[in-house]
Amino acid sequence: MSERAQLLLSLADDELIVGWRDSEWTGIAPTLEEDVAFSSIAQNEIGHARALYELAAVELGSDPDALAFDRAPAEYRCAPLVELHLMDWAHTIARRYLYEEADRVRTTALMQSDDAELAGLAAKIDREEVYHRMHAEMWAARLRDEPRFKAAVEELWPYALGILEPALRPELARLVGLSVDAAQTHERGTHTPELAELLTVMTEVRRSEPGAQW
Amino acid sequence: MVATGAVSVAEVWAALEEISDPEIPVISLVDLGVIRAVTVDGTRVRIEFTPTFLGCPALELMRSAMEEKVTALGGEPEVAVIQDDSWSTDRITPAGREKLREAGFAPPAPRAAGPTTLVQLRSKAFRCPYCGSTETRLENIFGPTPCRSIRWCEGCRQPFEQFKTI
Repeated sequence: MSERAQLLLSLADDELIVGWRDSEWTGIAPTLEEDVAFSSIAQNEIGHARALYELAAVELGSDPDALAFDRAPAEYRCAPLVELHLMDWAHTIARRYLYEEADRVRTTALMQSDDAELAGLAAKIDREEVYHRMHAEMWAARLRDEPRFKAAVEELWPYALGILEPALRPELARLVGLSVDAAQTHERGTHTPELAELLTVMTEVRRSEPGAQW
Repeated sequence: MVATGAVSVAEVWAALEEISDPEIPVISLVDLGVIRAVTVDGTRVRIEFTPTFLGCPALELMRSAMEEKVTALGGEPEVAVIQDDSWSTDRITPAGREKLREAGFAPPAPRAAGPTTLVQLRSKAFRCPYCGSTETRLENIFGPTPCRSIRWCEGCRQPFEQFKTI
């Protein structure tokens, strides 16, 4: 697989899986405002995944839906951070905050890529991500001194580093105010058991009627 | 009388003006600024279309509505979805902005000065589409669709939907 296809799938898989995890709060978030926010953020992230899968599908001579739903768990290229099944709000907000900061670093780099197609899409995605960052920024400011939130950020930090290639990690560390520890990082390419469970649920309807036109 | 099958660029634009945004029917696709180009080669009609938000569920509906219009004109449609950075809320036409306001959606602030910030959203720069008051505050960055936020107007004491600037 070309390096470009690998990159596109890494980006698309991160956005699809984090979008799925965010969507799990639809209907059960602690407040109505957050229910709306998480649903909207999830919709955006999955929209970004769709656009990225479309580019990857051209590169691979495949189909965007097949890439999103028909691969084996080991073939996904998402980082472990997005796979985690987080059941409490402190961890959920910590992941949103860390993911958005990492995604900011990555998207900024991609917007300067000499791959015009990917740079253009990254710039379009960035217009929407501005609002996700504001949401994360508001929560991080509100919870900054809460011990549960601080503990969740520290616990998820080695996972957040795995979103980025090593060269971009010091920038993330600077934004978040933590330090890079390569030995502890949960790298892309390894998966948590939660991914296979998520994929089983996510693809259940599609697998029930292979080849159906929805 | 035009020869059977021949379609003009102007006819296509006029037909596209009749297509409403599926989620905000007061505004047409042309006023929304999502049609980037129309080119005609005999009966073949190519429309370049830029999505607003990438996760917008109305994309497929818009595409099929455009195809139907071109087919009705006797043309063979080709709708190309362009996923670059060329669409911004600044592309909404002045007429489109007024139609939004009249329908109770506050039009987006200009993007010229750069991306929106939280400080800006919390400021009083946003005007209520119902009473015109700028005594409004941010209720939720997110709303019923990805393109809208929710604000509260102190003037007429009711919530309203504010188009996001992107």
